[in-house]
Amino acid sequence: MLTALKRSFKGGVHPPENKKYTESKAIEEIPLPEKVIIPLQQHIGKPSKAIVEKGAEVKAGDPISEAGGFVSVPCHASISGTVKSIEPHIHPLGEKIPSVIIESNGEDQISDNITFNSDYMSLSGEEMKNLIYGAGIAGMGGATFPTHVKLSPPPEKKINTVILNGAECEPYLTSDHRLMLENTEEIIEGFRIIMKILDVKRGIIGIENNKPDSIKKMEDISAKFPEISVVSLNVKYPQGAEKQLIYALTKRKVPAGKLPMEVGCIVQNVGTAKAVYDAVAYKRPLIDRIVTVAGCVTYQKNLKVRIGTPLQHLIDYCGGFEGSPKKIIMGGPMMGLALHSLDTPVIKGTSGILMLRDDQVSAVKTTACLNCGKCVEICPMNLMPNIIAGFAKYERWDDAKDAFALDCIECGCCSYICPAKITLVQNIKYAKFKIMEDSK
Amino acid sequence: MEDKEITQEIISVSSAPHIRGEDSTQRIMFSVVIALIPALLGSVYFFGTRALWLTFLAVITAVATEWVIQKLRKVEVTVSDGSAIVTGILLAFNLPGGVPWWLPVIGSFFAIAIGKQAFGGLGFNPMNPALLGRAFLLASWPVHMTTGWTAPLYGTKSGISTVTEATPLAALKDAIKYLNVEDKAQQSAETIAAIKGSYGNLLWGKVGGCIGETSVIFILIGALYLLYKGYINYRIPLSYIGTVALFTWIFGGVEGYFSGDPVFHVLAGGLILGAFFMATDMVTSPSSIKGQWVFGIGCGVITVIIRLVGGYPEGVSYSILLMNLTTPLLDRYLKHKPFGS
Repeated sequence: MLTALKRSFKGGVHPPENKKYTESKAIEEIPLPEKVIIPLQQHIGKPSKAIVEKGAEVKAGDPISEAGGFVSVPCHASISGTVKSIEPHIHPLGEKIPSVIIESNGEDQISDNITFNSDYMSLSGEEMKNLIYGAGIAGMGGATFPTHVKLSPPPEKKINTVILNGAECEPYLTSDHRLMLENTEEIIEGFRIIMKILDVKRGIIGIENNKPDSIKKMEDISAKFPEISVVSLNVKYPQGAEKQLIYALTKRKVPAGKLPMEVGCIVQNVGTAKAVYDAVAYKRPLIDRIVTVAGCVTYQKNLKVRIGTPLQHLIDYCGGFEGSPKKIIMGGPMMGLALHSLDTPVIKGTSGILMLRDDQVSAVKTTACLNCGKCVEICPMNLMPNIIAGFAKYERWDDAKDAFALDCIECGCCSYICPAKITLVQNIKYAKFKIMEDSK
Repeated sequence: MEDKEITQEIISVSSAPHIRGEDSTQRIMFSVVIALIPALLGSVYFFGTRALWLTFLAVITAVATEWVIQKLRKVEVTVSDGSAIVTGILLAFNLPGGVPWWLPVIGSFFAIAIGKQAFGGLGFNPMNPALLGRAFLLASWPVHMTTGWTAPLYGTKSGISTVTEATPLAALKDAIKYLNVEDKAQQSAETIAAIKGSYGNLLWGKVGGCIGETSVIFILIGALYLLYKGYINYRIPLSYIGTVALFTWIFGGVEGYFSGDPVFHVLAGGLILGAFFMATDMVTSPSSIKGQWVFGIGCGVITVIIRLVGGYPEGVSYSILLMNLTTPLLDRYLKHKPFGS
């Protein structure tokens, strides 16, 4: 096994891990909420189109929308009950998005479509991909790119390595950690399905070495599959970023502006692998996921949550707030989204909910850039965030583009490290947005 | 709508990342102050309490000037960030021990008022304020600035016993200049030979010079602290000192190429202080990695040209000031290529 080797990438930062609060908390299934809010867009790409009407009776797992194009996935009812309305509802991104609101009938009836097929490995790659597409799976690490699209590289791109991302480099989050410990077999099976679809003989599972129990368990379970290796990675943020992970594991550099398939790699998150297994072996759509709830709640937990469950339900189950949160974050503290409503639903990409107090989310005063170059030294993409953000400040979008703003992976290392507390990555994101807008 | 929107007072919504590192401008500046303390103690040891007095005057003036100007400009007063203290100390460190008390006061005032605040304050100054202050003093009171040397405790200004009225670099420069002048040839040759034996004094600081620049050992202790804290990196000091060593070795000798004395040139004068504490000034040095190498090499080349062929025996401050002006260009033209290109 390759675990003896310590692997990493150039740059990055070491924020306090803060995983101790939940890493030993076994996954609990949260009682069903009274209602779920299922946004028709939980993925990157075209929104899905509702196929149910107000008043329709649905069971958990029934499709309620169909994909809006190739780069799109359907959504499913995550509880049984009645479609109460289809209306714009607050989404983690902060805007209101057309969503299907289902009121629970309290019975948790499961869709008749969900059946176990013990012979799932003999399905063809195409059949498997159709099941994945039908299950509405989108990358569960947070990026939510439709999985079936990622598994359909153009024929001229020869894929020879599939990487399973178990890095979980964001502080506080332990949902992938717990999943790797508690659903190891399913993850490995899902990984084998992915490898079969891509017809690839080499699979690498990358896990940060702050999860030795997960590494051990994944090694043990994957031992009978010689084509799969488990590799321990250095703890460094953003170890789980696609290009950085590929480099750490294979020393291949994904060309700037290109996708991992350019160097023969495809990366999938461990949660996605589990969902792939459920979809192919059980025809079970993606209707729940593991969510770390950490920060100022009475009980910090790892929960198995139905998609669409409002935040308030999670907080109530965790004993309510302990003290008053200053920020409520969906995802990790480095890249997560700050929320303003407890009615926001958990979606397919929600890896955690963090309630952070004032002293945890340092309210910071920005001072002038010292040109200290810290951001330049730690940028995992080898960019010069100070320069790009400087152009953004003066709305010089062309210059920002020439300074490679579009190569930014938005990991937030630059803002984290900046001694002048400048919102570098925010400025760069804005520059990217403006550049894209201009090019339209 | 029945959104349970939480009021602004309780919840804040802002862009990621939601956590920040511990470094701040203030922490960096006070770390630099701490790093300068060994050199300050060295200067007091070698040049007496007058060194402390000059430093005190420079710091007080720098802080007061910053405070008054920010009040007049009606902008936030930022003297607590510590940057004016750093400028004050560095300005004093660049003065001979025998200058009148008002020289550091005027120098500090100029450094902060013209060198820093006139451009908009910390982060906007194109040149190192302390060095600009020193350059101003050198141009305005050249006699004080070039003859105000005092001998160190138990030592001579030159670091060698036979020459008493010149600092090491000036002693060498004079010796080379008069090597072919008949009545001085003998003495010059002796001086050049004796300089080889002055390494110990240079390292320890028992030579004449600006009060904060003489003790290589004490300066390096502070520099190591800053390197350890990550507030300076090795690139500029290494390339600067390396370039000076290389070119003084090639061109600095009296017996043709490759007969120079790189060790002497590295240890003498203000190179070590300049390379670790002034060329590395964040605001006025490049953030591009390649730019930092070029910056250091540029400083080295200019320093050697001034030392070997220029009118002054020492060129550290002018070389850094000149290279400061290239910083925006270096950052622009030596910008990084993204990972994977």
